[in-house]
Amino acid sequence: MSAGNAKTLGKLVVVTLLMFGFGFALVPFYYKICEATGINSGAEQSLVKNTQIDTRRWVTLEFDANTNTSLPWRFKPLQTRLKVHPGQLVQVEYEVINNSDHAIVGQAVPSYGPARAAAFFKKIECFCFTPQTLAAGERRRMPVLFVLDHAMDPEVHTVTLSYTFFDMAPKAAASGLRNLMPHG
Amino acid sequence: MTDAAHAHGHDDHSHGDHGHHAPPSGMMRWLTTTNHKDIGSLYLWFSLIMLFTAGSMALLIRAELFQPGLQLTNPDFFNQLTTMHGLIMIFGVIMPAFSGFANWQIPLMLGAPDMAFPRMNNWAFWILPVAGVLLMGSFLLPGGAVAGGWTMYPPLFIQGGISYDLTILAVHIMGLSSIMGSINIITTILNMRAPGLTLMKMPLFCWTWLITAYLLIATMPVLAGAVTMLLTDRNFGTSFFNAAGGGDPVMFQHIFWFFAHPEVYILILPAFGIVSSIIPTFARKPLFGYASMVYATASIAILSFIVWAHHMFSVGMPAAAQLFFMFSTMLIAVPTGVKVFNWVATMWKGSMTFETPMLFAIAFVCLFTIGGFSGLVLAIAPVDIQLHDTYYVVAHFHYVLVSGALFSIFAGIYYWLPKWSGHMYDETLGKWHFWLSVIGMNIVFFPMHFLGLAGMPRRIPDYALQFTEFNQIATVGAFIFGFSQLIFLVVVLKAARGGVKATDRVWEGAEGLEWTLPSPAPYHTFETAPVVK
Ligand code: HEM
Ligand SMILES: [Cu+2]
Repeated sequence: MSAGNAKTLGKLVVVTLLMFGFGFALVPFYYKICEATGINSGAEQSLVKNTQIDTRRWVTLEFDANTNTSLPWRFKPLQTRLKVHPGQLVQVEYEVINNSDHAIVGQAVPSYGPARAAAFFKKIECFCFTPQTLAAGERRRMPVLFVLDHAMDPEVHTVTLSYTFFDMAPKAAASGLRNLMPHG
Repeated sequence: MTDAAHAHGHDDHSHGDHGHHAPPSGMMRWLTTTNHKDIGSLYLWFSLIMLFTAGSMALLIRAELFQPGLQLTNPDFFNQLTTMHGLIMIFGVIMPAFSGFANWQIPLMLGAPDMAFPRMNNWAFWILPVAGVLLMGSFLLPGGAVAGGWTMYPPLFIQGGISYDLTILAVHIMGLSSIMGSINIITTILNMRAPGLTLMKMPLFCWTWLITAYLLIATMPVLAGAVTMLLTDRNFGTSFFNAAGGGDPVMFQHIFWFFAHPEVYILILPAFGIVSSIIPTFARKPLFGYASMVYATASIAILSFIVWAHHMFSVGMPAAAQLFFMFSTMLIAVPTGVKVFNWVATMWKGSMTFETPMLFAIAFVCLFTIGGFSGLVLAIAPVDIQLHDTYYVVAHFHYVLVSGALFSIFAGIYYWLPKWSGHMYDETLGKWHFWLSVIGMNIVFFPMHFLGLAGMPRRIPDYALQFTEFNQIATVGAFIFGFSQLIFLVVVLKAARGGVKATDRVWEGAEGLEWTLPSPAPYHTFETAPVVK
C-alpha cells in the first residue's frame, strides 16, 4: 500500500466515522428544530389557555383503550362517547385491572384522531402523565380532565382519544439509557 | 463475467504478462483472490443469482395479485415477500452489480494495475454472501422473514421476532461492504490514474462512480446508525423510536430518508456512467457536453441531501416545509434533464447502429425519463398526499429502477462482456432478450400508474374488484419479463464458455484505454502505466 493511498484511506475512514456519529446526532437535532419552530410540541398540549365555551358547536368525543400485547392488563373507558362544546371543561374516567399475579408498572401513551385535533386537546390532569403501578389483581379508576380548545377547526366534528398502556419493566431496567434521551 | 482462469488458458492470443502469478486453483482461488477482475466477476455472478432469487419473489407476488382474494399466500407471507424483494433487489442486485462494473472497469479505464486496496476489496465482496444468507435464512425462522417493508419503519420493526435482528445485522454488513468498496474506489480514482489522465479527461463512468462512492460514504453510516438505534430499541431498552418510552417513530423516517433519498441516486448515477459510455460508441460521436455531465452529476448528488421529506408529505409537516421539499425536489429534475438532453444530443446526427447494448441504452433514456416525470408528479405535495403509498409510487420507482438501473446493467454487460470473456455474445438472443424485456417491463409497470391514480394501495395481497383487469395485465407482463431473463442467463453462459472471438477494439466506435488491451483482458493489465496524451 503506497503512502498516498494510506493517507486517503485514513481520511475516508474519519469521514465514515463522523457520518456514523452524525446519524445519532440527528435525533437531538430534529428535536431541537421542532422545538425552535414549534412543530409537534408536547408542552403546548398540556397548557390550558383562557378558553371560552363555544356553545354554537357540538363535538363528539370517542374514547378508546388498548394494551400492548405484552401487558396482561384489562383497560377500558367507562364511557365510549360524549358530546361536548369546545372550551368546556370535561372529566372522563378509565378503568384498569391487573389480571396477573404480580405487581406491574405501566404507562399510557395517548394518541388522537384526527391528528390535527391533538394540538387543541388540552389535558389538565391525566393518568398518562405518570407511570402507574398496579398490585396483583388490583382494579383502579383513573380520571382525565381536559378542555377541547375552542379554536379547533370547525370542520372537525368527531375527535377520538385513544390510550395504549405499555409495560414499563423493560424501560425501568434500562432507565440509565432512558435519561440520555430527549423527551418529545 | 468470465471465468478468468479459463480465459488464462487461451494462449493463442496471449499477451506479454500472461504466465506469471498463476492464481491458486479451485474454490480457494475465488475465496482468496485480490484480483480486481476476479472480484468484479464475483460481484456480477452474485448479483445475477440474487436477481433470480428476488425475481422469483416478485413473480409470486404478481401471481397472488392476479385475482382479488387470497390464492397462494397469506397476508403475512405476502408482506415478507414484498419486503425481501425490495431489500434484495436494492442491496443484493443493483448495488453489487454496479460494484462489479466498478471493479472490472475502473482500473482498466484509468490504466491502473488493480484497485488501491486489493485485500480490502476481497473482504468487501465476501461479507456480502454472509448478509445474503442471514436474509434468506430468516424465511426459515419462527415468524418467517421480516415483513415490515424495505423501509424498516418502526413500530413494526421494533416489534417483530428474531428475523428482524438478523435483517438489521445483514443491513450492517451490506453497509460495511459498500463503505469498503467505496473507499477503494475513491482512492483508486484519486491516486492511481495513468500519467496524463486528468480528472476532467476520465471516462464519465469513473466520474459517476467517484461521486456515488462519496454519497455512499456520507449516507451508509447514517443508515447504520438508524438501524443500530432500531436494534437498541428492540433489545436494550432505549427509546429512540419507541413511543412507549417517549421516542418518536416519525424520527426514524427522517433519519432513514436522509440516507435513502441519496441512496436512490446511488442506484442510478453509475447507470448514467454506463449509458454515457455506450451511447457515444454506437452513435460514433464523442459524448455531448462532457463537462456539463460532470457538473450535473455533482449537483444531483449535492441536492439529494435536501429533499428527503418528499417521502413523508403525508406524515404531516408545516406548509413551509412542504413547499421547501417540493421545490427542492423539482430542482433535481434540472440537472437530470441536462443529462437526458446530452444523451439525445450525442445521438443527434450520429451514424447510429443498434446492437443490443445500444438498444438497452436507448430504452434506458426513454423509460428512465418516464420515471423521472412520474417522480415530478409525486414531488407535488398536494398530489402526493393522494398518491402516496399507492401503485403510482410503485410504477414510478420501477421505471427508474428496472428500465433505469437494471437496463443500464444489461447494457453494460452486453457492451463489456466481449472484452471480459474474449467472446462475442449471441446477438440474435440478445435482441430477443431486449425486446421481450422492454415489452414485458412496460406491460407490468405501465398499468400500475392507472391503478395508483384509481387508489389501489401498495403492499396488500388483496384488492377491490374494479382493479382486477389491470392487475391481470401486469401479472402477464411480469411473467413475460421474468422468464425472458432466462435468455440473458443463456447469453451470458454461452459467451463465458466460447463463441466468436472478440477483436481487441470489439466495437468500431469504442474509445478508451480498456479497448487498447487484448480480448479477453489478461489477468494482469497495466502493470506499467500507459501514458495518456
Ligand atoms: C426526477 C427525479 C425524481 C423525482 C422528482 C422523484 C420523486 C419521488 C417522490 C416524490 C417519491 C415519494 C412518493 C411517495 O412515497 O409518495 C419517490 C419515491 C421513490 N423514488 Fe423517486 N424521484 C426521482 C427519481 C428517482 C430515481 C432516479 C430513483 C432510483 C433509481 C427513485 C427511486 C424511488 C423509490 C425507490 C421510491 C419509493 C420509496 C418507497 O417508498 O418505497 N426515484 N420519488
Ligand atoms: Cu426520494
